Amino acid sequence: MDAESPDDHKELMSRVARSRDKAAFAALFGHFGPRVKAYLMRSGSAPDSAEELAQEAMAMVWRKADSFDPAQASVSTWIFTIARNKRIDAYRRLNRPELDQNDPALVPDAPASPDRAYEDGQVSDAIRAALATLPAEQADMMKKAFFEDKAHSEIAAETGLPLGTVKSRLRLAIGRMRKQLKEFEA
Amino acid sequence: MSVVSARGPAGPIPHHHLSDDLLAGYAAGSLDEASSLFVASHMTLCPECRGRAAMLEEVGGVLLADIAPVAMSAGALDAVLSRAEAPANDEPVSLAGGRAGVPGKELPAPMRRYYGCDLDGIAWERQGGGVSVAAVPGLRDGSHAFMLKVEAGRAVPQHTHRGNELVMVLKGAYRDEAGRFGRGDVELADGDVVHQPKAETGEDCICLAVTDAPLKFTGSLGWLLNIFVKM
Repeated sequence: MDAESPDDHKELMSRVARSRDKAAFAALFGHFGPRVKAYLMRSGSAPDSAEELAQEAMAMVWRKADSFDPAQASVSTWIFTIARNKRIDAYRRLNRPELDQNDPALVPDAPASPDRAYEDGQVSDAIRAALATLPAEQADMMKKAFFEDKAHSEIAAETGLPLGTVKSRLRLAIGRMRKQLKEFEA
Repeated sequence: MSVVSARGPAGPIPHHHLSDDLLAGYAAGSLDEASSLFVASHMTLCPECRGRAAMLEEVGGVLLADIAPVAMSAGALDAVLSRAEAPANDEPVSLAGGRAGVPGKELPAPMRRYYGCDLDGIAWERQGGGVSVAAVPGLRDGSHAFMLKVEAGRAVPQHTHRGNELVMVLKGAYRDEAGRFGRGDVELADGDVVHQPKAETGEDCICLAVTDAPLKFTGSLGWLLNIFVKM
């Protein structure tokens, strides 16, 4: 089976989770492994350590496949969060404080009708469409913010832009995306 | 990620939220540890910001899907499968106190993990003026966060900020020029703001605060800055 579309990815994930299907994993690996490696190199890893970390991240995809929930995120996003956390862990020796979904202190979502926007790929489609229409400077800023392991102040220093400009470009980009996503909000 | 739970409400829904650039920094993984703790703690109390964070993570997913791939080494797949079958030893480095949750329901779980206890176990350091503080222990990157407790009805002496200060109410409420802030509400005070928050009567007000100001205070800005120097 191919790993071309988001629907393929979901089907492959569910085969890995259900029956530890190595062929399905191989297809996912062929698609996402090189993207995870590219992401890690963009965020400052040398090729060797990017390869090593990408392997670790993909091993975690195999091991944690049953915790993937298509109602919450696309496969690509789920793998992005795994790679991101690996990067934080490996390069900054930091733990990432994360919320605990079983926390008694958690204020739950309002009961809503089941939301299929993530599952059906509408959210990623809308984000992709919004990214494509952003002015180049805003799209670049989003990529920098997500791919380079840099605080907004470091991006400002590196690009020579005032911090306020970095933040306002990001805000404009996010605002435009949110507009596209309005229909999915409860 | 959004979370659907059948449990009864654990608290009110916050009215004052995280900024887009903080949420984007959290989704991208570029915040310092103190700010990440702040964001994770607010998201525990705020379904709306959880939804916004899920959208921003999806941006990361789209960018990952569309990145130009870089070939992995020959044999990488086999290496991964044998690595994956081996006992897991590549879990994230654990915090002091371990990955296991610390029981409690007043502080959000990410904060309980750092302090190793819930609110009733906190050792407060009195600062005078009805104010006590308790630094968040174990932040590894030199960033700073602390809890601030202001006695019911007391005002924090007027102060300005060098750099930014992020504040979120955990218990009780305060008012200042910008309005009322209760559990889960976030306020960002930047260098220009002069404000004088006043705890509501009836209950002490406890907040989580994160400051990005460098520790270069000379004491000329008053007692409050001396708190930061001790952090």
